[in-house]
Amino acid sequence: MSGTTTVARKRTTGKTLLEPTAKEPTEKYHAPKLEIPVTPERDHIEGPANAALTLVEYGDYQCPYCGAAYPEVKKVQKELGPELRFVFRNFPLTNMHEHAMNAAETAEAASAQGKFWPMHDFLYEHQATLGDPGVALGYAKKLGLDTQRFDREIAQHMYQKRIKDDFMGGVRSGVNGTPTFYVNGVRHDGDAVAKALIEALGQTK
Amino acid sequence: MSPLKTSLMKTGKRRRMRKLENKGAARNRRQQPSKTKKIVKTVDSVLAPGKTAPNFSLNSTPDQKVSLNDFRGQPVVLAFYPADWSPVCTDQLSLYAMVMPEFKKFNAELLAISVDNIWSHLAFAKDRKLNFPVLADFEPKGSISRKYGAYKEKIGESARALFVIDDKGIIRWSHLSPDGINPGADGILSALENLNEAQTAEKS
Repeated sequence: MSGTTTVARKRTTGKTLLEPTAKEPTEKYHAPKLEIPVTPERDHIEGPANAALTLVEYGDYQCPYCGAAYPEVKKVQKELGPELRFVFRNFPLTNMHEHAMNAAETAEAASAQGKFWPMHDFLYEHQATLGDPGVALGYAKKLGLDTQRFDREIAQHMYQKRIKDDFMGGVRSGVNGTPTFYVNGVRHDGDAVAKALIEALGQTK
Repeated sequence: MSPLKTSLMKTGKRRRMRKLENKGAARNRRQQPSKTKKIVKTVDSVLAPGKTAPNFSLNSTPDQKVSLNDFRGQPVVLAFYPADWSPVCTDQLSLYAMVMPEFKKFNAELLAISVDNIWSHLAFAKDRKLNFPVLADFEPKGSISRKYGAYKEKIGESARALFVIDDKGIIRWSHLSPDGINPGADGILSALENLNEAQTAEKS
């Protein structure tokens, strides 16, 4: 019901299945750590740069699971307010999602003109139309961007290297799918829902 | 329903709720923090570094077999995984397909192994655009996975286990993922780097 419990807890002879018995070998599991530190000069950061809590997402604009996580992140941001900085890094799964790279380039081109977050939000709110570049271009116009520059930079793949660097940095940090979240520098293996993320952020403060 | 009965029910419910909450808190104290969580493994242990990797010859297509010994002279990454068609956006193998150019920098070959049959593998590899052999540990079922200590007997699937094998066929790194956790590619890349460094040091 809660959506945060990943393992079913069944009662059998007074013991929960989760509690290890002597027969079952256990070991401490360490989730991978974020290998690329958050840097305000390079990263897209929403929230105060020196906030106490940091949530990093490696995401793909075409991934439906990232689309589902998008409103959850918004909830986390609303709940934690200025305590939290949210960082978005690119992890386009280009072998599965044909529009993922173009969408990432679109957000980066908007970023070059100071409008990363509006475009980031727009892309997640319009995942169904990612195949039509006219849609994002229309929004760029609405944002008051220099659309000629915007268009040219996307066509010339100006930001592809940066996106690929994001991707490889993610791989080295143990990104294993999208979205992958890091809560205060440690991979979040729980569910990508607001409740679980807020809980995790509180615990590792 | 009488007011008394309603209020009694409410109290009872409240008491049960409180009990549950307290239990939840106690459980959290025991099992958290999330950085280090206790896990239950369904496989005791996988083959450790230093051991010779057992050879195998498994089908990659209906009429083609791939043997570990074919790759003597170059590093091999073995990825045992539970099943084709896991219902997530990127499963482990699609991620490896994307990281393949990095593995190739170390001249490494990647072989993926599960107990699914070859026709499932072919469809799966096509769908996920996999650019490495996917081998069927199908008959006798799981026999190679067992040799590597990477078979879940009760479930009848391979565990999520990774091995990096050097050019002489010796296991240099092995890793068993907790159930339900996709290990990503970071461990493999670090192991290949270490192997590379060790070999450069040997030569000089």
